[in-house]
Amino acid sequence: MQRHLISAADLTRDDAVLILDTAEEMARVADRPIKKLPTLRGRTVVNLFFEDSTRTRISFEAAEKRLSADVINFTAKGSSVSKGESLKDTAQTLEAMGVDAVVIRHGASGAPYRLATSGWIDAAVINAGDGTHQHPTQALLDAFTMRRRLVGRDAGIGQDLAGKRITIVGDVLHSRVARSNVDLLHTLGAEVTLVAPPTLVPVGVERWPCEVSYDLDAVLPKSDAVMMLRVQRERMNAAFFPTEREYSRRYGLDGDRMAKMPEHAIVMHPGPMVRGMEITAEVADSERCTVVEQVANGVSIRMAVLYLLLGGNEPAVSHARTTEEK
Amino acid sequence: MDKQEKLETQAQGSDARPVLEGPDIARVLTRIAHEIVERAKGADDVVLLGIPTRGVFLAQRLAAKLEQITDRKVPVGSLDITMYRDDLRMHPPRALARTEIPGDGIDGRLVVLVDDVLFSGRTIRAALDALNDIGRPRAVQLAVLVDRGHRELPIRADYVGKNLPTSLRETVKVLLAEEDGRDTVLLGAKPTQ
Amino acid sequence: MSKILIRGAKVLGGEPQDVLIDGEVIEAVGTGLSADGAEVVEATGKVLLPGLVDLHTHLREPGREDSETVLTGTRAAASGGYTAVFAMANTFPVADTAGVVEQVYRLGREHGYCDVQPIGAVTVGLEGKKLAELGAMHESAAGVTVFSDDGKCVDDAVIMRRALEYVKAFGGVVAQHAQEPRLTEGAQMNEGGVSAELGLGGWPAVAEESVIARDVLLAEHVGSRVHICHLSTAGSVEIVRWAKSRGIDVTAEVTPHHLLLTDELVRSYNPVYKVNPPLRTERDVLALREALADGTIDIVATDHAPHPHEDKDCEWAAAAMGMVGLETALSVVQETMVDTGLLTWAGVADRMSVKPARIGQATGHGRPVSAGEPANLTLVDTEYRGLVDPAGFASRSRNTPYEGRELPGRVTHTWLRGKATLADGKLT
Repeated sequence: MQRHLISAADLTRDDAVLILDTAEEMARVADRPIKKLPTLRGRTVVNLFFEDSTRTRISFEAAEKRLSADVINFTAKGSSVSKGESLKDTAQTLEAMGVDAVVIRHGASGAPYRLATSGWIDAAVINAGDGTHQHPTQALLDAFTMRRRLVGRDAGIGQDLAGKRITIVGDVLHSRVARSNVDLLHTLGAEVTLVAPPTLVPVGVERWPCEVSYDLDAVLPKSDAVMMLRVQRERMNAAFFPTEREYSRRYGLDGDRMAKMPEHAIVMHPGPMVRGMEITAEVADSERCTVVEQVANGVSIRMAVLYLLLGGNEPAVSHARTTEEK
Repeated sequence: MDKQEKLETQAQGSDARPVLEGPDIARVLTRIAHEIVERAKGADDVVLLGIPTRGVFLAQRLAAKLEQITDRKVPVGSLDITMYRDDLRMHPPRALARTEIPGDGIDGRLVVLVDDVLFSGRTIRAALDALNDIGRPRAVQLAVLVDRGHRELPIRADYVGKNLPTSLRETVKVLLAEEDGRDTVLLGAKPTQ
Repeated sequence: MSKILIRGAKVLGGEPQDVLIDGEVIEAVGTGLSADGAEVVEATGKVLLPGLVDLHTHLREPGREDSETVLTGTRAAASGGYTAVFAMANTFPVADTAGVVEQVYRLGREHGYCDVQPIGAVTVGLEGKKLAELGAMHESAAGVTVFSDDGKCVDDAVIMRRALEYVKAFGGVVAQHAQEPRLTEGAQMNEGGVSAELGLGGWPAVAEESVIARDVLLAEHVGSRVHICHLSTAGSVEIVRWAKSRGIDVTAEVTPHHLLLTDELVRSYNPVYKVNPPLRTERDVLALREALADGTIDIVATDHAPHPHEDKDCEWAAAAMGMVGLETALSVVQETMVDTGLLTWAGVADRMSVKPARIGQATGHGRPVSAGEPANLTLVDTEYRGLVDPAGFASRSRNTPYEGRELPGRVTHTWLRGKATLADGKLT
């Protein structure tokens, strides 16, 4: 049994539902006068961020603090890492200080997997986003948001997302959010369709458990949730698409397009949004857009993950992936 | 009651014998309801909080009886104490149960905690910690169906359905219709490892 | 020098014979040869091959002696059964002048474990802009005949064309590292299903194939010969097959690791599997084996690429590309080609000794095992099976992808011009 959360693909359906159910209870803590639980008292968690991501770090930090863990924040900028210290040395230094878990954000795909499997450290490793690989807690909070909105807050307990039609739109090629969501949503029984210009879909996508479409308008009426991914303007310079204007016209979500979605369907975005690029202000600020909710749900999900990985003498979450043989 | 203990109890054989049957349970709950009304002088500020799983059903039954006696609705809720346990690190993390505090909260109220079995007292210690994070009751009391002794903390119940002297080699298992299909309290031998 | 009698060896995998070495040459091959006055090496059951020749070795000296030196690299070569290696030019400084190639050449001779034939850079500083002094390197004591910017592709079509033309004057050959640079910017592994999942930058097969296609056409156009380093895709095989059928003078090599390993291993994110060109798919592996068997691919070359531990003990993106290979090459070839029935031991001798010696013009190597020939020989215990233990490597580096893997075959003896460089599995 693994003690880490590296990839959404490692979670079984039951694991994922347990995390979502636990998060639902954690969410109630936010409504209390004292938003704190003693559960991880005496445990030390380090947020090891090699990439700037204030949102994700703050979300983890809030979750850790609500569970009474001791929190150490480590950002690579201005640290010994920028002076050439290796990931291994950094991790070992932190572990020597008695860290129970490492929440790692890294620009290199696979860095958290490496940290968890190389024998460098004993601490539990939680992936807070690695390169263009995975961002499992983002996928979990997205699934949590969908379950609440599409199944129901109480009705959703114990349930997955069977039969829900989820459309993910944008830069799939460079998106760890897309990869994590495809894996998790498939595990939870949802039907996923990716929509992007062909240049922003990876070669090899045919092996993913999802459909691929180049036509957003055709997919929208059949979507229960539409997740817009951030598209960086720089991609334009690498010829992934001709201009910002053409991208917005073909793949952006505006009011007219949103009107093609079913009444109940929601619009999601992992943030930060590029308004005017993949999403118009009208859509971003509408009732159907769950961006702010997703942020709140992120804390509950991360509390659930931390509790289930660190709250006992062994993790409550089993993993499908077994350690690779050499 | 400890989850571990419950599992063991479930594993025990047919040598378990009933110490309370359905009618007995109904009777002691009625008595406890009357005691609450008496001691709380009408029970108009009482909030019942059951400790999952079976404490919640007992709390709901007590609420119904209080309503019969006082002709007033008595707020009832649940208090999950999992994340306040002192033995978290001795077991894998447990799935959380629901904490449901009645709308008007617990501030200034008389909270009556309800559980099925009082044993070491650690569950109640955790429940008191949990309450502390939710509000400031006027007072906290404890009602249990069975007190089997062997306290490890200075905790006692205010309302006891049945005092049941037991040895540490025995287990007590409460079955309730809502969860188990029937009402009974079983006393059995702990299976040898 | 005294006489050595190798008794009862299966020469090229054939019937048991005795081979008598006198001094630097093979004196006789036959049955029942007299052991009189000779040191006897009991070789019953073992296979005797001509000393192996590696057309693609990185010895790292000068400049990266923390990874490998000429001494440690040639000791590794002797351990693996090699009697000659071609040292790639991407050293610091780059082997783009007569001075550097002569230095490497002399170091090899002085240490005496294995002949070292330096490869000269095609362009100054491997920068792909200006031809290096190819003629001067050829005329130097090192007598360079193979030129390569390996590690980098000669991607400028005009420079490549000129190099191909220029070396005709002295019968040289350009060995191309086929990698279209723009298509491989940020590339980390083979582009396909696994890279899509792992989120590692994709290295498309077409980046290799397009350069090979261009270069065989250039070679045809200018009437020169071209050698293609480390073919790694099924598509590359098709192009080379087509070029040969058209009569183009092209030769090609495959590495042992591309005959055995696939990109599925990258799932471990263990950089020991990070290599250039990247590990490809099962389909590619099978196509490469078939091509090596039918002669489309001429030779096996190790692309022995030592790296210090810290360059591999890190996250994938930060890790160096390359694997050591000299000490496991023959075992991998036995596993993938001989034990599968694709190649006989005579075929192995052809692909790992005769042909590479011919392509690189390594005089005295890759010769028949017969009387009068130089005694460059390798004796292999083909029945052996064991786990690869990098701790026992002679190489200074340990970046092998085979650690803990069971592989067949073990070289027990290597003779370089009659002198044992490896005896009973131990370097002399």
